[in-house]
Amino acid sequence: MKKKINYLLENVKYPLLAIALAFLIGSIFVILTDNSPIVAYSALLDGSLGNIPKFGETLLKTTPLIMTGLAVAFAFRSGLFNIGGEGQYLVGAISTVTAAWVLQDLPGFILIPIILLAGAFGGAIWGGVPGFLKAKLGVHEVIVSIMLNYIALFLTNFLVRVTLNPSTLQGTEQKAYSVMIPEHARLLKFNEFMPVFGYSSLHVGILIAIACAVGIWFLLFKTTIGYEIRSVGHNPYASEYGGISISKNIILSMMISGGLAGLGGAMTIAGLTFKVDQSSGLPGYGFTGIAVALVGKNHPLGVLASALLFGIMSNGSRKMQFEGIPKEVVGIIQGIIIIFIAGEAMLKFMTTRKKKEEKGEVA
Amino acid sequence: MLVIFIAIIASALRLATPLIFAALGSVFTERSGVVNIALEGIMIMGAFFAILAMEFVSNPWIAVLVAMIVGAITALLLGFLAINLKANQVVAGTAINILAGSLTAFLLEMVWHRSGQTDTVANALTKNPETLAFLEKIPVLGSLFSGLTPFVYLAIIFSGVSYYVMYKTPFGLRIRAVGEHPRAADTVGVNVYRVRHICVLISGALAGLAGASLSLGTVNMFREGMVSGKGFIAIAAAIFGKWHPLGAFAACLFFGLTEAIQIQAASLGLGWIPSEFLQMLPYIATVLALAGLVGRAVAPAASGEPYEKGHR
Repeated sequence: MKKKINYLLENVKYPLLAIALAFLIGSIFVILTDNSPIVAYSALLDGSLGNIPKFGETLLKTTPLIMTGLAVAFAFRSGLFNIGGEGQYLVGAISTVTAAWVLQDLPGFILIPIILLAGAFGGAIWGGVPGFLKAKLGVHEVIVSIMLNYIALFLTNFLVRVTLNPSTLQGTEQKAYSVMIPEHARLLKFNEFMPVFGYSSLHVGILIAIACAVGIWFLLFKTTIGYEIRSVGHNPYASEYGGISISKNIILSMMISGGLAGLGGAMTIAGLTFKVDQSSGLPGYGFTGIAVALVGKNHPLGVLASALLFGIMSNGSRKMQFEGIPKEVVGIIQGIIIIFIAGEAMLKFMTTRKKKEEKGEVA
Repeated sequence: MLVIFIAIIASALRLATPLIFAALGSVFTERSGVVNIALEGIMIMGAFFAILAMEFVSNPWIAVLVAMIVGAITALLLGFLAINLKANQVVAGTAINILAGSLTAFLLEMVWHRSGQTDTVANALTKNPETLAFLEKIPVLGSLFSGLTPFVYLAIIFSGVSYYVMYKTPFGLRIRAVGEHPRAADTVGVNVYRVRHICVLISGALAGLAGASLSLGTVNMFREGMVSGKGFIAIAAAIFGKWHPLGAFAACLFFGLTEAIQIQAASLGLGWIPSEFLQMLPYIATVLALAGLVGRAVAPAASGEPYEKGHR
């Protein structure tokens, strides 16, 4: 037990330090705006955790971040960098709307699982493409994923503007968004069965996201598939020598990763927006997901905690804005957190070097 | 028809210009073995600081210089993280992208007391420079030159210079050696870290210039989201041009042309092509190039790999 706690502390130490330092530097920016950091950060906390509806809204913002964070963390475990969460999220969202339109006559209890799976499937395909190109042709997955992000953006815009537009399918005038998914395809909201959540639009997607995190933890650490994926990430050639197929696991891992991000998009559609809007830019969940995964140390349960942190920052920033502090401070803090975590290797390098010097091992 | 044709060529050149600067930056870093995902963020910084500088100085070229310096400083952070700390280069780049977007939006609110966009500035570089006004007198082609900005000429010059540096100077040879086989380069006395740092700085200055050409060279102001993926298209162009300065230049012209055609689609009788498909084209072309369907693009061997002295 003590060993476990030490292990946990060792892993939590650096992210916590990075977060603390980032907030410290962030307070300089708050002071630049002639405000007190204490006012700013208490507004941040009050705006996100002040009462149950506010907490509900925070969890609502946390939900997609858990999914994209898990997507990045899972790919990391197999030695891959999934920067394509943006595209996979979008394709997941548009697949959900498509499935809900095509199958709208099905009863809700069948339709809801189907449209969520459709979203996950769409994301899996979008993640599978860079996986396939990496496995079969050795093309770097990062570059392909970035390209696919923008292809997904424009493809989504086209489908929303033409194929799935209410003007095409329902004969209305041209709209800047797709058809709505039918009422019975929508996820249950918390305030429908727990009135304490008040105005919050929190839906049961958060429970699905938490279940996914636990499921991914089980898959990674308790099954053969997870063992193979982790060993390919650790040392691909040794794994291959041991009879594990590198290319199969690369494709599989990118598909699961993409599926997670796609499910994130699907749940936002089925639980919150019910439609896809035309957009000039990427939604940003995939990129924030990278930060979430890094802070969570690429561990599924760590991702849950760090997604909540980013959810708090994202939801609380509005309250900060009311207090006259630009909400961009939060973005600055997020960027600084990642920079510190990216530089963690250096911290580690320095500390181990010191230890070695003390022991006289470094010549 | 000729009028439209010339208008499209001029528009393609203008649209390609920011891409050319950033793509040349990408060529320099990738050739030296560093993946610069932060081009997008550095362009945002350059675009913003060029306009901010115009609040204090009247000469737009000083503003351009400021943008390049800010770009280089931002790149220095990437270099420090990626080269010295051996951080994951994609992670470091992503951090800078997030930081740049928020930092500029923050400063915008501080200086202009609103969000979204800055005021427009006078003396911007959006017209054909007066010293080259004689070009406009050439029959037929004159209307082409009147549609160009000083940045377009700079982009063409910089492409040539980059080619010369990369392929005709000892420094260029070192860059390519460091990107292909850092250990071998180290063995013969090339300072791998220094070459990589210089290349990252060059790419930062170029991306800052790209940002300035976007804000100061097109709309006289900074708007949030004005870069919107142009940094990533530049990376794509560098790949599509096979990490060769002139190849990247040609790729940018091609990408600029697709954008120009998309804008002019109706007058070209191409209105039936959904604009989104033309927007997608650069990205699809790049994926196909990487997959080897239109001439295989093979990255410099050590690109993205941190170099550690004394490790095998």
